[in-house]
Amino acid sequence: MQIAVVDLGVGNLRSVKQAVTTVADNADVILTSDASQIAQADKVVLPGQGAVGTWFNELKERGLEQAISTALDEKPMLGICVGMQALFDYCEEDGGQQGLSLFNGSVRHFEHFHADRSAEDERLKIPQMGWNSVFQLRDHPLWHGIDDESYFYFVHSYCANSAPDADLGMVYGGADYGHKFIAAVGRDNVFAVQFHPEKSHDNGLKLLKNFTDWNGKA
Amino acid sequence: MSLAKRIIPCLDVDNGRVVKGVNFVGIRDAGDPVEVAKGYNEQGADEITFLDITATSDDRDTILHVVEEVASQVFIPLTVGGGVRELADVRRLLNAGADKISVNSTAVFKPEFIQEASGHFGSQCIVVAIDAKQTHCVDRGDRADRWEIFTHGGRKQTGIDAVEWAKKMSDYGAGEILLTSMDGDGTKAGYDLSLTKAVSDAVSVPVIASGGVGDLTHLVDGVKLGGADAVLAASIFHFGEYTVQQAKEAMRDAGIHVRL
Repeated sequence: MQIAVVDLGVGNLRSVKQAVTTVADNADVILTSDASQIAQADKVVLPGQGAVGTWFNELKERGLEQAISTALDEKPMLGICVGMQALFDYCEEDGGQQGLSLFNGSVRHFEHFHADRSAEDERLKIPQMGWNSVFQLRDHPLWHGIDDESYFYFVHSYCANSAPDADLGMVYGGADYGHKFIAAVGRDNVFAVQFHPEKSHDNGLKLLKNFTDWNGKA
Repeated sequence: MSLAKRIIPCLDVDNGRVVKGVNFVGIRDAGDPVEVAKGYNEQGADEITFLDITATSDDRDTILHVVEEVASQVFIPLTVGGGVRELADVRRLLNAGADKISVNSTAVFKPEFIQEASGHFGSQCIVVAIDAKQTHCVDRGDRADRWEIFTHGGRKQTGIDAVEWAKKMSDYGAGEILLTSMDGDGTKAGYDLSLTKAVSDAVSVPVIASGGVGDLTHLVDGVKLGGADAVLAASIFHFGEYTVQQAKEAMRDAGIHVRL
């Protein structure tokens, strides 16, 4: 089995590759920005860190839009952090960015949601940086063996929220940072998380292991 | 539930070896950064910070090998600082497996470096480390408390106000502030809570308190009184006085939300 970790030249790619390699029995894990390698791979991990605008520019510059779009239709795919945010309709960062619209909703800065907190509430720093517990809202093969409300490591200033008329069946996990936001979404062969499984110790490694074992059916 | 407060053990690394010694149960080679990092990981550390104190630039690459080794075996966030002068240094450390890069004196000499680095790599991976000393103190008759930034291990006074500096660095794109009290460092008398509170109140990004931890109540105070989002300590963990687990239990017992 070959697992392609998409290399857009941003973020902690080595950590993602390393973590997947550690849990994947007999899998060949490659870091690649080559469309044909992505097309050949059995599974694809779509990581991302930093600004979403940069992420989309890199995707375009490397000529990977079609390869990713095809993979999203066909293979087991795991989006991480910005690699999850990019799958929504719209990301507010970098002056606004159209997303890939696999999921109905938008990704907006935390400050919009913290505005109505009172002076007595604990002041919440942005970015949210650290370990937060994730509510598993629906069963999914990628949650197997992971307790509900387990801790995962988050680093982000923007958070995903479903559109008012969205199918909430897509939301597999939520977390609370002064406001409940989407921590995990899924549809058919795609699962995507806001947190960093590659940095979330045993729970994260378990999720990655589940992904390497997953047949792409929810 | 929401975000847990973090406990971060810090290791000084010189030419690829942990210095100031580490002495806790379960470590075969106290000088091996990989062994030590694994030990802290097993104790439940939320992150690990490495400070590279290698003196000569010829030996700088050793830290890259250390980071590669640790990152291939320890799957929690790793912050690396020390000797970061150019964007290429940041890139090399990130490529080696570091998640966050801590910048100290380079930010003082060239503040726009923080704009460039956060613009390139994202704020989430740029930490600005601030070494501050108290220069004016109400209790000593001054009109207000004031702390200044020092460089060169606390030897050079810059005249820059620590609180203003933290604000500026956060505006320039720092994703986090690692705040060390030079007065507290090594004293085991606890964090400088007034400094921590002043900085934490002034910036919108997370603040890590550092310098002076002698016992577990200091960690509790750093969060409750200092308003820190994370607490960093070195010697209390290195010498096995306390485990990270014990530190977390003490914080939990004091009503602080931690990952246990």
